[in-house]
Amino acid sequence: MAQEEQSSRSIYTDLDDGGSDEEIDKWQRTFRLWRETLKEHWGMLTDELSVKLSMLTVGGFVLIAIFAPFIATHQPLQRQYQGEAGIIIEDWVEPSLLGADTEYLLGTTAEGFDIFSQLIYGTRAALLVGLVAAFFTAGIGTLVGLVAGYYGGKIDDALMRIVDFLYGMPLLPTVIVLVAVLGPDLWNIILALIILQWRSTARVIRSQSLSLRERPFVKAAEVAGAGDWHIISRHLAPNVLPMTFLYGSFGIAWAILAEAGISFIGLGDPNTVSWGTMLQASRAYSALSFGAWWWFVPPGICIGLLVISGFLIGRGYEDITNPKLQ
Amino acid sequence: MGKASFVVRRTLQLLVTLWAVGTVLFGLFRLMPGDPTSYVISSQMTQEARQELIESYGLNDPLHVQYIRFLENLVQLNFGQSFHSNQPVTDIIATYMPNTLVLMLTAFIVAYALGITLGVLSGWYRGSRFERSTVITALTARSVPTFYVGLIVLWIFGAELGWIPMSGMTSLGTGGQYSGFLDMVFTVDFLRHLIAPAAVLGFYYMGYPLLIMRTSMLEVLSEDFIDVCRAKGLKERTIMFKHAARNALLPIITAAAIALGYAVGGSVLIETVFAWPGIGREMVRAVLRRDFPVAQGTFIVLASTIIFLNFIADLAYGYLDPRVTYD
Repeated sequence: MAQEEQSSRSIYTDLDDGGSDEEIDKWQRTFRLWRETLKEHWGMLTDELSVKLSMLTVGGFVLIAIFAPFIATHQPLQRQYQGEAGIIIEDWVEPSLLGADTEYLLGTTAEGFDIFSQLIYGTRAALLVGLVAAFFTAGIGTLVGLVAGYYGGKIDDALMRIVDFLYGMPLLPTVIVLVAVLGPDLWNIILALIILQWRSTARVIRSQSLSLRERPFVKAAEVAGAGDWHIISRHLAPNVLPMTFLYGSFGIAWAILAEAGISFIGLGDPNTVSWGTMLQASRAYSALSFGAWWWFVPPGICIGLLVISGFLIGRGYEDITNPKLQ
Repeated sequence: MGKASFVVRRTLQLLVTLWAVGTVLFGLFRLMPGDPTSYVISSQMTQEARQELIESYGLNDPLHVQYIRFLENLVQLNFGQSFHSNQPVTDIIATYMPNTLVLMLTAFIVAYALGITLGVLSGWYRGSRFERSTVITALTARSVPTFYVGLIVLWIFGAELGWIPMSGMTSLGTGGQYSGFLDMVFTVDFLRHLIAPAAVLGFYYMGYPLLIMRTSMLEVLSEDFIDVCRAKGLKERTIMFKHAARNALLPIITAAAIALGYAVGGSVLIETVFAWPGIGREMVRAVLRRDFPVAQGTFIVLASTIIFLNFIADLAYGYLDPRVTYD
């Protein structure tokens, strides 16, 4: 009996929580494990053309966001000219792209802002909302899901009741109410989205870790005396990672859509240019009825491109997590 | 666990969720910055009149008294009175809810009829160009924001071509001439206003049943009884619709109940774009003008629609699929 325990210990020695002198080794091992998992996913993901194109699109937008001050020709919220009567401006300048003799590539808004520069700076807002919201929703959702699934019992019950409650809240109306209470600020929109959106990640990750918990390698680690946190971080987490990334990339798409919608309604951050606030302004000045399409068509195309990319990358992950779909 | 106790437990859960939504709302709206009464109180008002007004809204009482009164009123479906128009919130909801429902249900029925059919076909003709194009269309429909599609539709068909009206539910000046809601619904003018928002929403909703139905069909088609049907020499069409599609339909039904709830909650943007006088747009307007009894009441209605439909979907699933166990 003792012999057996001894031998099983030797097989799983690398799962042991070692002394403090082994600390560096342990972290290196964890790091290597995560790196290999990610590398494997990357290989599977980039197999597909649509995913590659999507990643290029997102990458392109990231570059635009980083180099926005160099690409934009004007300040996005600086009036370029004044109307006859003074500050109030009622007409726009047609885009030079269409042959008009102006310095504004995509024309200006009725408020006298350069549309091209607004579009470029809008990339920053969209990516900020998308990436930050997705990072935290996927992160919180995964952590809650792992804890609920692994511990079960009362902890699971309590966490899942919170998730159930959040499922009863309609996304957009709730975000609208939250933003109205917290104040129209880009970070508050992000916060409101995070509060609501971790629900779906948590539910899926929980069901995955429920089944993972019963697998032999987790049982073995338990027998070998591994701590809860050790098992969660090193045995469960790497296995739910594809799901986390799947929900993360969907999360980018949903967050960008939601921000655009909130801003379009008029609850956006008045001090930030986002594609949603551009659309809202174009509607407020009836650009639709006057046919000033260069004002409201470009931001919509950008939203669509970024969101489709997010969904396609997510679908690439779906193929990894659910081989039945292939 | 038995069926009866499942229903009881699920009902209790429903009540607790509704109570939680109410409580969170109560807290939130009291955190809202700004004096809500400043929107109703004019500067010419005397101090006494102002005080009286605040008193009449019960905003002076201690918080726990307000909370208990809030819950009591909630149970009696009394959401208070609008700060803005002084109308009872219940009346406002009763005015706008039917408008939302007509729009949502029209879009929903079109979307599910089309989506299910296309889903069956794309599952059946797997690997064909037809399948690929339907899946891509469905994905696109879910990626481009509905309000943006709405804007473009309004621009092309409304502003440029003049085929559809730019806003509202009825033409200007015709509002008073209908004797009732149904009287208005069955007019050409109403249909002309309905068609664009319903089509845009329908296009968006269609993607979901299409993708679910396709996956579900793929699963059913791999089962043995399909081969039996083939061996019996049944017509392909009969196998596709009568045998495969019918069995693949189950996940759609519960998904539809839940999606309908979210559809009502998600009505905000499309109603805003088309200036459709629905409950979502009314909520946004109430929030913007800090009319919190109205914002609260409309929000509760939107949230409880979702909660109720979730509940019904849960019960329906157990009824429709005998394999489900209640635990």
